[in-house]
Amino acid sequence: MSLLFKNAKQLVVEIDEFINTVEEGVLVFKQGVLNYLDNEKELFADKITNIDRLEAAADRLQRKIDDEFYRHSLLPQNINDIESMLDRMDELIDIAKDNLYQFEIELPFFPDSIREDYIRLTNNSVEAALCVIPAVRTFFNEPVQVRNMLSKVYFYEKETDKISRSIKRKLFHDMPELDLAHKIHLRYFALHIESISDKAEKLADVLSLMALKLNI
Amino acid sequence: MIILLFLSSGLFLGWSLGANDAANIFGTAVGSRMVKFKTAAIIGSIFVILGAVVQGAGASETLGKLGSMQSLAAAFTVALAASLTVLWMTRLKLPVSTSQAIVGSIIGWNYYTNNPTDIGVLTQIVSTWISGPILGGIFAVGLFMLLQLATKKVKLHLLYKDALLRLSLLVIGAFGAYSLGANNIANVMGVFTHAVHFNSIDFGWFVISSKQQLFFIGGIAIGIGIITYSKHVMETVGKTLMPLTPEAALIVVLSQALVLFIFSSKSLSNAFVSIGLPSIPLVPVSSSQIVIGAIIGIGLYKGGREIKFNILGSISLGWIATPIAAGILCFFMLFFVNNVFKQDVVGMEVHQVLITDNQTPKTNSSLVYDTIVLQMQTNSGQVTAEHFQAEKLPQIIESKRDIHLWYVALLFISFISIIVLVIIFSNKQKRWQSQISYLKKQHLNELNDLQNSIEESTIKDKNPDKELNIYQKEFGDREMLQFHIDEQNRRFLQLLSLDFPTMTENEKRLAALLRLKLSSKEIASILNIPTKSLEMSLNNLCEKLKVPDNIGLSDFLVKKYKL
Repeated sequence: MSLLFKNAKQLVVEIDEFINTVEEGVLVFKQGVLNYLDNEKELFADKITNIDRLEAAADRLQRKIDDEFYRHSLLPQNINDIESMLDRMDELIDIAKDNLYQFEIELPFFPDSIREDYIRLTNNSVEAALCVIPAVRTFFNEPVQVRNMLSKVYFYEKETDKISRSIKRKLFHDMPELDLAHKIHLRYFALHIESISDKAEKLADVLSLMALKLNI
Repeated sequence: MIILLFLSSGLFLGWSLGANDAANIFGTAVGSRMVKFKTAAIIGSIFVILGAVVQGAGASETLGKLGSMQSLAAAFTVALAASLTVLWMTRLKLPVSTSQAIVGSIIGWNYYTNNPTDIGVLTQIVSTWISGPILGGIFAVGLFMLLQLATKKVKLHLLYKDALLRLSLLVIGAFGAYSLGANNIANVMGVFTHAVHFNSIDFGWFVISSKQQLFFIGGIAIGIGIITYSKHVMETVGKTLMPLTPEAALIVVLSQALVLFIFSSKSLSNAFVSIGLPSIPLVPVSSSQIVIGAIIGIGLYKGGREIKFNILGSISLGWIATPIAAGILCFFMLFFVNNVFKQDVVGMEVHQVLITDNQTPKTNSSLVYDTIVLQMQTNSGQVTAEHFQAEKLPQIIESKRDIHLWYVALLFISFISIIVLVIIFSNKQKRWQSQISYLKKQHLNELNDLQNSIEESTIKDKNPDKELNIYQKEFGDREMLQFHIDEQNRRFLQLLSLDFPTMTENEKRLAALLRLKLSSKEIASILNIPTKSLEMSLNNLCEKLKVPDNIGLSDFLVKKYKL
């Protein structure tokens, strides 16, 4: 009996740790982008190192959690859904790391007139991800409440879309001084930042369905 | 050894009971991988034996009231008829229960030996067949409501809930196995209790009676059934026939265990009597039918949309068809055992009475007829044993036997017609179900196609990489076009740079396009800017190039740079 609860306790700790890592990763991404936009190169380099470490830790934890779930055949009815949810969470930190590396490799130049828009875009996109993470925690403890917590995620995702569209419009309509390649390059980064909220929305969809299944 | 040979039919019945009915207790737990089969089999076997030995007497006494077999051959035949009926009906995929088969067999024996069937006891038994599933349903609804309330009040992590659920499945499974052993051991060994007598074993602080030893053997047979053959049944029940959630399975198993316990606990029955309530009939009931009752109960509580009500028809059919089939089979088998193997199927007590009364040794087969006639006449008060006339005996026996055979034939024909009707109906139903499932599948495919097309379009819209590829392709085309324009206007651009050194690259590009006499729309599309932005750019260019008011910008460029 104690063995049953011991396995469960260990896995609860690991899942919490995994969620914390992803949350931290998303926050590091946000700070990293802001550092880049403010031209704080050293801080940005720190964030790159941090996100690298966090992403590796998340991968390690995810593998460990998968292993525990299958070895002790825990939650056999929901294991596939939970695996897919953890995968999507991992994708969140993966894409945050990839995007931060894109900044480091491609070194995009953001004109002053558009920098504020990119800051708003980053804040909103990351906010969507930060809203879905507590919902993941709640799913394990109180699945009934999950659906109520997801409305914020959808709100921030829509806001991000709007800001992203306005940035693209501004780039291509109101900034003739930039050449096309530059416009497209900046647009590409708007898409990168926006992808965080898109992933958060996908995770919210999965969570919503899983909560519904559990409550039936 | 001979006793074991005679017990073999009961042991076979026990084995098949273990193989099939253990799935009602651990089916979902094993099928859903919440509990390992090995653990389930060990716990199931131990608790079935415990239940049989500790609490198996009550239900077997009721069966004894229905028909008490003193002869080993009779008990063997009755148990064999019941087990063959179960086997045959299972192969025909008809609903069957060992409880109903054994009751049918006992009535068949009563009929063959002309023992009066106690209608009161029979009514009691049949009423529990009906009340068992109903009670199971009521318990399931009550427990389900309690579980829902507890889930709302207690907020546990999913993993702790899972661990608790596993533990509950094991504990309640053990209770279910105990109740199954206590209640259903009567089906397996009940008919042998008056025919087999072992010496009691005294352990000092407790004594194991002959009945308990018999039930222990029967419990072992059930345990072997669980260990050797129930795995496949459990996996089938858990995954396909009864795909319940572990929580629902817990409720179903607990309801079933409670009903089986109620119908086998002497102490509970005595407690009822002591507080002035009627006693509980201690009767073997079908665990499968209680399970179905419990599932239907939960289904009704949830709204009753997913319930297959035709299953109730199948259960009712089982109540009628199984005892009739077992009774008929038992009658013929007794006839065969009695006349071919010359075995006593009536019982030693009656046998001895007849020998003293007639003072002539008789064969076993003729003793049966003697018994039938003597008992009938004695019961009706027409004649006594002393007035028995030897010369009238063959005629009376002949006529009674003909009547019995007619009854049996009629019953047999009606039973066969019921079976045929059921098979025809189930075939029709299968056809309907296959048509419905085909339509469902088609509809699902259409929905999937629709979903895929929506997903593809969403991916196209949302995937930055794909979008980038499209833009890169577009960008590549534009670059090519720009390259051609630059190539054609190289000289013009050089001159323009010399004349107006402050001109930006974009302005030069615009001037080159204007010189080609392209319309505003065409230029806007090439530069990927709105026409209004183009107009503003053109005004700026006009100012920079100092174009006179009476001439257009493109004409100005063409005239100034005739190359």
